[in-house]
Amino acid sequence: MGSGAVFSVVVTFLIIFSLIPTTIRFLQEVGTKVFGTSWGPLFEPATFGLLPLIIGTMWVVIIAVIVAVPLGLAAAIYMSEYAAPTTRRIVKPVVEVLAGIPTVVLGLFGLYFVNPELVQKYWPIGEPTAYTALGAGLVTGILILPIVATISDDAMRSVPGGLREAAFALGSTRSEVATKVVVGASLSGIMAAVILAVSRAFGETTVALMVAGSYAQLTLNPGDAMQTMASFIGFAGIGDQPVDSTGYRTIFFVGSMLFTITWILNIIALKVIKRFREVYE
Amino acid sequence: MSTISLKRNLSRSRLFKENFFRVLVSLSIFFALGFILFVVFILFLQSRGALNLDLFRNFPSARPANAGIQSAIFGSIWVVGIAALVAVPIGIVAAIFLEEFINPNNRIAKIIDLNVRNLAGVPAVVFGMVGLAFIARGSLGWGFTVGTAALVLAMMILPVVIIVSRESIRAVPSSLRDGSLALGATQWQTVWRTVMPSALPSIATGAILSVSRAMGESAPLLLLGALAFVTYNPESLDSDYTILPLIIFRYASDAKEEFHAIAAATSLVLMAILFLMNLTAILIRDRSQRKA
Repeated sequence: MGSGAVFSVVVTFLIIFSLIPTTIRFLQEVGTKVFGTSWGPLFEPATFGLLPLIIGTMWVVIIAVIVAVPLGLAAAIYMSEYAAPTTRRIVKPVVEVLAGIPTVVLGLFGLYFVNPELVQKYWPIGEPTAYTALGAGLVTGILILPIVATISDDAMRSVPGGLREAAFALGSTRSEVATKVVVGASLSGIMAAVILAVSRAFGETTVALMVAGSYAQLTLNPGDAMQTMASFIGFAGIGDQPVDSTGYRTIFFVGSMLFTITWILNIIALKVIKRFREVYE
Repeated sequence: MSTISLKRNLSRSRLFKENFFRVLVSLSIFFALGFILFVVFILFLQSRGALNLDLFRNFPSARPANAGIQSAIFGSIWVVGIAALVAVPIGIVAAIFLEEFINPNNRIAKIIDLNVRNLAGVPAVVFGMVGLAFIARGSLGWGFTVGTAALVLAMMILPVVIIVSRESIRAVPSSLRDGSLALGATQWQTVWRTVMPSALPSIATGAILSVSRAMGESAPLLLLGALAFVTYNPESLDSDYTILPLIIFRYASDAKEEFHAIAAATSLVLMAILFLMNLTAILIRDRSQRKA
């Protein structure tokens, strides 16, 4: 019986054992070159400066958060404070369906619509190309919106009704109750939702690869093509690197950074979620 | 939600603010619904007649006129089907163990619980790397096959299956367990004859939703050779394979414009499959809720 549960721990160890030895060998080989400003581990001569990847990843994550947090919070407030139970039963599946759109389809949408019709036409800086970090950020924002919405909704609904009723009794309107009482009381849950969404955006591979392209240039303009940490893994993986090559080890090095960052974010978020569940139950 | 009239002596500006806020938050839902419909609309426009029987009949090809997705459909069925056969039983057994047979305050139980939740948040592409290091290459050396891909997707959805199954089991009222135990049933009998029948519809819903996630996933298999143009259907675990999400990726990134229509048409096929799976899951949930 217990073996099934232990299986998940085994998977975690498999992840760690697949990452650590190759990462160490990579670092022995490459050393301080990771602090450079040019990323091209699969080119000749190979460069390993992480800065372009970090900036690319940051842009996609930041834009995604700017899109997803306001929209996701609004959806959560609507579901938890405004929707009647019957409306809720219709509205919630809409958010679930949005969460179920495959990333490759969202990538296609970014490539065929967001980049050519929105970014290329309206982004004022530079000359946007077929691939843009801005487009990838916008699409990733839609992708993480359901995470922000459902977990915030969960947190807001766990706020006791007494708090709302007290505020109503003092003459607050529904919007005042929602923004000043409920959002405040569920703030830790909302933070957890945002952290989980950020972690998801960090790890999103297909959208970044299809929409932001695979050119790791060092630029600050989100209208340019960029590479993220996750999309590098996908890009290099397609090339089927030979096992004992630097390219192969680079995949695992970037992967171990991605794994560490998302794992830390998840642990923080789960701690916070656990706490707000305990406070109100 | 309490129904308190808001129209009492509100000043104009407060009433305006109230209505404005209501419209604002409602719009977010319309945005979500509108976005889904808009994506489908754009895909239809892009597919330009590529959505026809030939799409299903033909195999992937470098010539747009002959290009189809038959091997990707069979590949997806093979890979996701086997992943489900591996992950769903293991996940349900793990959930039963964690909910019914172990004290939740036990330290090991806590570690496993935290581990499962963390694992569910690991980026999908990382599972592809594990598959590359240990299953495709390394000691197992299974190569880029149906079996490798299925095992990787099984690892990826296992934590999700465990989490949703645990929630389903936890939702069974403890009075049912107590009643069964009070009548002299052993713990095993209670679990198999009382708890499981009552939790099963909800577990099935969760399992179908987890499997549909595997059906739409592309990132981990980018690393495992699924991008190849495979012109035959899989016949065994050792076969080469491609899957729907990655044939979309492949056609979409081709320079030839004609392929983009095929990519859009295949996206519609994939979304239709996922929609049917989700619909089944929701219907099962609704039916069991009505009975209860």
